[in-house]
Amino acid sequence: MRILRLVLRRLSLSIPCLGIILAVLFFLLQLAPGDAVDALIGQMGTSDDTLSKLLRSYYGLDGSVVGQFTGYVGRLATLDLGLSIAYGKPVIDLILERLPVTVVLMVTSMAMAFTAGCVVGVIAARYVHRWPDTIISVLGMLVYSMPSFWFGLMAIVLFAVTLGWLPAGGISDLRAGHTGIAHLLDMAKHLVMPALTLGLIFFAVYLRVMRTAMVEVMTLDFMRTARAKGLQERAVLFRHALRNALLPMVTIAGLHASSMLGGAVVVESVFSLPGLGRLAQEAVVQRDLNMLLGITVMSSVLVIAVNLVIDIIYARLDPRIDVGA
Amino acid sequence: MTALLSIENLSIALPRGADRAHAAKDVSFTIDRGEVFCVVGESGSGKSLTAAAILGLLPPGVRASGGRILFEGQDLLQLSLPDLRRISGKRIGMVFQDPMTALNPLHTVGSQVAETFRIHTSLGRAEIADRVLDLLETMRLPEPRQIARAYPHELSGGQRQRCVIAMAMALEPALLIADEPTTALDVTTQAQILGLIRDLQARRGMGVMFITHDFGVVAEVATRIAVMRQGEVVEQGEAATILNRPRHPYSQALIAAMPALRPPPYQPSTAAPVLSVEGVHKTYRRRGRTVAALKDVSLTLRRGTTLGVVGESGSGKSTLARCLVKLVEPEQGAIRVLDTDITRLSGSAWRAQTGRIQMVFQDPFTSLNPRRRVGDLVTQGIAMRGIRGPDLKDRAEDLFRLVGLDPAAIDRFPHEFSGGQRQRIGLARALALEPDVLVADEPVSALDLSVQAQVLDLLASLRRKLGLSMVFITHDLRVAAQVCDRVAIMQRGEVVEEGPAETLLTAPTHPYSRELLAAVPGRGWAGGR
Amino acid sequence: MGALRRYASSTAAVIGLVLLLVVIAMAASAGWLFPEDPLSLAGAPLTPPFTEEGLPLGTDSVGRDIAAQIFHGARVSLLVGVVATGIAIGIGILVGAVSGYFGGAVDAALMRLTEAFQTVPSFILLLMLVVIFGSEVTTLALVIGAVSWTAPARLTRAEFLTLRSRDFVLSCRTLGMPHARIIFLEILPSALPPVIVYVSVVMALAILQESALAFLGLSDPNIASWGNLIGDGRRVLRSAWYVAALPGLAIIVTVLAISLVGQGVNDLLNPRLGRR
Repeated sequence: MRILRLVLRRLSLSIPCLGIILAVLFFLLQLAPGDAVDALIGQMGTSDDTLSKLLRSYYGLDGSVVGQFTGYVGRLATLDLGLSIAYGKPVIDLILERLPVTVVLMVTSMAMAFTAGCVVGVIAARYVHRWPDTIISVLGMLVYSMPSFWFGLMAIVLFAVTLGWLPAGGISDLRAGHTGIAHLLDMAKHLVMPALTLGLIFFAVYLRVMRTAMVEVMTLDFMRTARAKGLQERAVLFRHALRNALLPMVTIAGLHASSMLGGAVVVESVFSLPGLGRLAQEAVVQRDLNMLLGITVMSSVLVIAVNLVIDIIYARLDPRIDVGA
Repeated sequence: MTALLSIENLSIALPRGADRAHAAKDVSFTIDRGEVFCVVGESGSGKSLTAAAILGLLPPGVRASGGRILFEGQDLLQLSLPDLRRISGKRIGMVFQDPMTALNPLHTVGSQVAETFRIHTSLGRAEIADRVLDLLETMRLPEPRQIARAYPHELSGGQRQRCVIAMAMALEPALLIADEPTTALDVTTQAQILGLIRDLQARRGMGVMFITHDFGVVAEVATRIAVMRQGEVVEQGEAATILNRPRHPYSQALIAAMPALRPPPYQPSTAAPVLSVEGVHKTYRRRGRTVAALKDVSLTLRRGTTLGVVGESGSGKSTLARCLVKLVEPEQGAIRVLDTDITRLSGSAWRAQTGRIQMVFQDPFTSLNPRRRVGDLVTQGIAMRGIRGPDLKDRAEDLFRLVGLDPAAIDRFPHEFSGGQRQRIGLARALALEPDVLVADEPVSALDLSVQAQVLDLLASLRRKLGLSMVFITHDLRVAAQVCDRVAIMQRGEVVEEGPAETLLTAPTHPYSRELLAAVPGRGWAGGR
Repeated sequence: MGALRRYASSTAAVIGLVLLLVVIAMAASAGWLFPEDPLSLAGAPLTPPFTEEGLPLGTDSVGRDIAAQIFHGARVSLLVGVVATGIAIGIGILVGAVSGYFGGAVDAALMRLTEAFQTVPSFILLLMLVVIFGSEVTTLALVIGAVSWTAPARLTRAEFLTLRSRDFVLSCRTLGMPHARIIFLEILPSALPPVIVYVSVVMALAILQESALAFLGLSDPNIASWGNLIGDGRRVLRSAWYVAALPGLAIIVTVLAISLVGQGVNDLLNPRLGRR
């Protein structure tokens, strides 16, 4: 019941949020020199006024800005994001085609980074200011400084080119023609390096957050109560400290959902994965503004969805969350 | 018969870089079964660290550097940590100061109480649940079943402290260590918790080590007393002896600093009202719920007098103080300073008039901007009104002299001053604009007893010298008795009774006023100044 | 001077400062050590490092001097880092301060806006802005700054929320001080330390984002930047991996240096955490 109320409230908050996003994006598009039709005509190498008028009405780019905006919002409600100029297909179809790869990549990276961050963070906190902590902190900082695409390239050099352990790119090996479980395993193999690459920088972030949270929780009064009760140190750590330290971790995971999606664009490009990010890059190259708009909107929706899940997890962990009326 | 707990020559070393080498030096005392042993001292006396050392709960970097802590025949300082934990919670229970933070916010209190049983016994789940309910009932908690299922944030401070006590008492320990267990609580709640601890102690015949800074509380519960100062026990003995005939000068000073609950005879004032509050309402809206912070509050302050506003937390006394200086806008009613209704003033009109009513704040550590020199802080108000240069410096020095501080210190920063000195600086800042009315919001509650007495003396002398009219907000009836001509008692946003301090503090008529007065610790004891 | 000495007592912070000075020196000396256009041909394509005098780090796939590109690239990274961070921190402080100080409806409105900007993946928004405004390097710096202000804004707001109810702020209000003066002269100095520490994070991210854009071939193709070089090296990854590896090391060193300095400043401003 409490969770349901939470979901409803979050959803009611995310609608104005999406509205603001759309308004800002539309405002920005007005600043673009020329619209998608100009780009298209430029590609065709002609300059025909009637043709461009025709195309504008076809792509819904005629009429006032406000009219275009309300039209877009109205169509969005039915998941109609218009047509891609570069592909000549509905944007939503293109996005749905590419979405699964991105979602799988994001979820795997996040899970890996979160788990590893927790474990290593707890170890660092356990030995705070001693050598294991120092080594972990230095490594964390090093990892944090690495551009993910560079790490990805170097991983390809090592694991794909030199050692030949893992495939260098793509989502599956088409020539092998795997089916069923073999196909899934093949995909998993293709995902190892991308997921690691994307997750690495977030691992560094989580690790630092977890370390700080653990160190801080250990100084709280109720830890002393737990010890005074006669709880042994290990139980104090696991029963009382860990869950409290997870709260900031979950918050951070929520805050980073959108930058993870941004990171996916680059990682998908490095490993030639057919995901949303690649689609975005293609849209930029083709100057397909309508598709780019659709991708931006849908990735925002995805971020909102991820945050909803994270809010639910948080509310389950922390009874103090007041879901209100 | 050997003592239950005997501390012999205990020394506790502080980490390097601390303001002194030892938190406790050569501390020795014994606690017997069936007695309440009070350790009294001001902040920094080492009383809490001494208690923490018994169960090995010293903060990182602090360690017991010498002596023995003998409990039931073993030296606790020699035990390994796991062995010590087998005694903690089972043979020795501990209760802490702040019930708001002593419980894990993520677990129900029932499961936290049950944890004591799970650690030390092999009882089954159902049996533990029964024992927890029994225990909560013993702690006089209403509806124990609901309480057990509640999370800490859903309970009041008093209820939480009962749960913490339940946890400590679960296995009927031989010794209960209570570290300032009522300091964070309201007086009426404090009285109930003290009663509970006394009862439990008498019924179970256990020894209690009770740490406090409040001689009133000591007078309520102590069998024997040790007075600590800067890590050393300066005096110990029977409670009656030390309370009534302290021998050590420090104990004498501490007891003398304790404000007595004897208001001076009332002198009616015929001066004109300088401040009048008429039918003020204020409600807060939080997540759909509305809470009435002030309900139809009306009060009058005559020139040259002091009006005390006394109440517990949530009574609305602080909201009232904030309304008086327009930090909070009431929805209804009028607040008149002389003839001006300040609730009707616009922001800019008010800014021009703020000098007429000024405020002294509670916390000396947050009320001064740490990044400004104290001289600037004191004269900020007049500087904004156009006084510049050497005049400003002269004014700052005058103000410092007025509140009893060295005028040469105006170029220092707040952190170079003690709590009491900072409170004097706050007072100087408020007086700089020569206000008609001074609002003092709990100005001495954050201070140690001896410092508190000095600040109260300063207020009294300033009042005589400057003819101050003052609204004095406090939770402490003893302090109110010292400084107020009239007192208003507030409960849940309402003034339940208002009258001369002398009448109100000796023969209150409203039931709540009576309850409040009865709850003042050490009321039966004639000590104090 | 005590502050300098305390900073110098941390090895990591000193290493960070030295590395940062090295990068700055690289940027400053680029025009003098490599006066030629770094994008002009300098030798045979794919000359490996340390094999030819005058080309210490070899050449890329078309024969441009890698060392020259790395030195000139330092200018781009630092320019983008500084400009973008200035903009992000400026907007962030303004939004956060107003939001946190006034609270209520103002806060609600500004926080909705911040949330919206946090929901859109900033890198994807960046792609869109690049399409709209072009990828000239100063534009890029401005645009990166414009998508990075949310975290500093939230941080500033959180500080203001706690500070505005501190007694020393209330006392300023009771003295009749105007809001703007309270915000900027009384609260801001106390609210700044965590935001200053965050400068290093914003700057590191800005540099990483610029290099990622360049790697995707969406940055200014007419300048020598580290990301461009990695993007170029990617095409010859199997035969000449060093083309991509070397500029990557430059990025790591720069970002690491900024983080270490940030850490050092943090320990300086929050001595409580630094002490053992």
